[in-house]
Amino acid sequence: MDIFLQQIINGLVQGSIYALVALGYTMVYGIMGLINFAHGEVVMIGTLVSITVTSTLAAAGVPLGLAGLGGLIAAMLVCMALGWSLERIAYRPLRGSPRLTPLITAIGMSIVLQNLAMIIWGRNYLTFPPLLPKVNFEFAGAHFTLVQVAIVLLSAAMMGGLVFLVYRTKLGMAMRATAQNPAVASLLGVNTNRVIAAAFVVGSALAAVAGVMVGSYYEIAHYQMGFMLGLKAFTAAVLGGIGNLAGAMAGGVLLGIIEALGAGYIGDFTGGFLGSHYQDIFAFVVLIIVLMFKPSGLFGEKTGDRA
Amino acid sequence: MKNWLSPRSTAGIALITIALVALPFVVGMGGQAWVRILNFAILYVFLALGLNIVVGFAGLLDLGYIAFYAVGAYTWALLASPHFGLHFPIWAILPIGALMACVFGVLLGSPTLKLRGDYLAIVTLGFGEIVRIFLNNLNSPVNITNGPQGITLIDPVTIGSFKFAGTSQIFGFAVSGPQKYYFLLVALAILVIIINLRLQHSRIGRAWQAIREDEIAAKAVGINTRNIKLLAFAMGASFGGIAGGIFSAMQGFVSPESFSLIESIMVLAMVVLGGMGHIPGVILGAVLLTFLPEVLRYAVVPVQMSLFGKVLVDPESLRMLVFGLALVLVMRFKPAGLWPAPERSREQTQKACVAVTQTTAEAVK
Repeated sequence: MDIFLQQIINGLVQGSIYALVALGYTMVYGIMGLINFAHGEVVMIGTLVSITVTSTLAAAGVPLGLAGLGGLIAAMLVCMALGWSLERIAYRPLRGSPRLTPLITAIGMSIVLQNLAMIIWGRNYLTFPPLLPKVNFEFAGAHFTLVQVAIVLLSAAMMGGLVFLVYRTKLGMAMRATAQNPAVASLLGVNTNRVIAAAFVVGSALAAVAGVMVGSYYEIAHYQMGFMLGLKAFTAAVLGGIGNLAGAMAGGVLLGIIEALGAGYIGDFTGGFLGSHYQDIFAFVVLIIVLMFKPSGLFGEKTGDRA
Repeated sequence: MKNWLSPRSTAGIALITIALVALPFVVGMGGQAWVRILNFAILYVFLALGLNIVVGFAGLLDLGYIAFYAVGAYTWALLASPHFGLHFPIWAILPIGALMACVFGVLLGSPTLKLRGDYLAIVTLGFGEIVRIFLNNLNSPVNITNGPQGITLIDPVTIGSFKFAGTSQIFGFAVSGPQKYYFLLVALAILVIIINLRLQHSRIGRAWQAIREDEIAAKAVGINTRNIKLLAFAMGASFGGIAGGIFSAMQGFVSPESFSLIESIMVLAMVVLGGMGHIPGVILGAVLLTFLPEVLRYAVVPVQMSLFGKVLVDPESLRMLVFGLALVLVMRFKPAGLWPAPERSREQTQKACVAVTQTTAEAVK
């Protein structure tokens, strides 16, 4: 039982990170119907920038907590600029071109960002400075750390903020209008270009926060870390029904928990035939099963017949 | 067909034949490594043409295509290597490999028939990853794939007593292993291209295109969309399976590393960059994207030396950086691909008015 609880906690932490990244995918998809394949790399850039800034500040004598905050803010700023430029360079010029064209530019940008990161930060694994004191909590036999608590709380706060932004502000209303019908929205005075850019910027800010979380959770970072994370987060977004904010959050948390439980119990299920290195399979197997029965995700609206 | 035999066409075919025969020897002067790259370019032509059936003809976005390549490669590796002590002849393995890939294609296709667009993309991507993870881990408790170490000492292709590995004397010429494989690959490639050209305008090919343009309309005119879609997956997969088999024999070694997601993405990039649904474009895309990173590999160091006088930036990452930028730039200025089908480029120009009518129609709804 305590293993069960422990895996639920681990899954919840991992899931909140997935959810934050998934929100970036789903916002862009909801508004423009585009998979932003380079989003995972934005997370990676966020982690690496925050490492550099935090360790520079810490080396200059700034207290670690403050240095971490500086790192977070720097990462958010860099990623927001990056998200904005991605949209300008790789996506905006291609609006109205065949559906797969932006997919290839996204892949191109993803390759560019990865290699740029490798040139700047090198091939080696970087260690993330411990931002929070290592405090352990125990609850009903399951252990968790302060970092884990902080990740769950911070991501809940970010998601709350995003929901507020989308459903209670003028920009959010413009976003929803553009998502429904860009042409009509622009007829009604919405600057759709600005709204789309805003979606990229907000999504990238969330990605930066997720990047700092991943860094401080695993205490390690690498120029290739964005790829698998982005893939899982995208899976989470599709699982929940892509284009749907609540779906992305639920999908992220669900995916994290399924993975953690799967990794914890697969040996028992299969009598030791399959081990925990099959962890990565769960995400995809669950996705395939869900989509077989609900072809547009758990919370997705029915998509049109033209893909 | 009569036009084919006009003097100009005959001369053209003769020229192409001479060029194709001379190519490996010309390239071979720069070293056998280039002949190997040439062979890989042809393998990628196979893969890109196979994926083109699924993505270009039938309009089903498949991001896990490399799984079928993996199935073909591992089928060959398991049936013709000391790993299980089996040494089947090529006439047995190639069809078995194609069939296995075909089965996997249907296996992937059948649960995903209802899915559309990007949902299909992510499921196929997941399928590709699942296959790779299984290949990576099926070494215990029963050792089937030998895990991450992969399978070594795979039999090269032999037809009769003719061995494709190693140098041999043919008509007094020394012909190296890669050069012999080149001719095998070109022969197969011509076959594959002919099959593709014939398919495109056949009843099935037109049914695929109908599904791509509008699935409901296709159904309404009596196309069995389920079977036709499954057929696209199965045919695309079997091309991948054959390419995989040749790959494994040519390399003598397979490991799960060769079948990662980025490979699927590369093949897709070849199809889209060349010109989706247009066979000459797809071939061009495959050849270009195989050679570009290799040419860059040799170019980045000298260029840096002449610009800065020393190697400033890690050449490996610089070459991939340039490659990524090239992908972005090509798509930026040629959104329909480098060599799109004629009707596609017409669509491009009509796009603006179509978009307007569509949005008006939606608004009316």
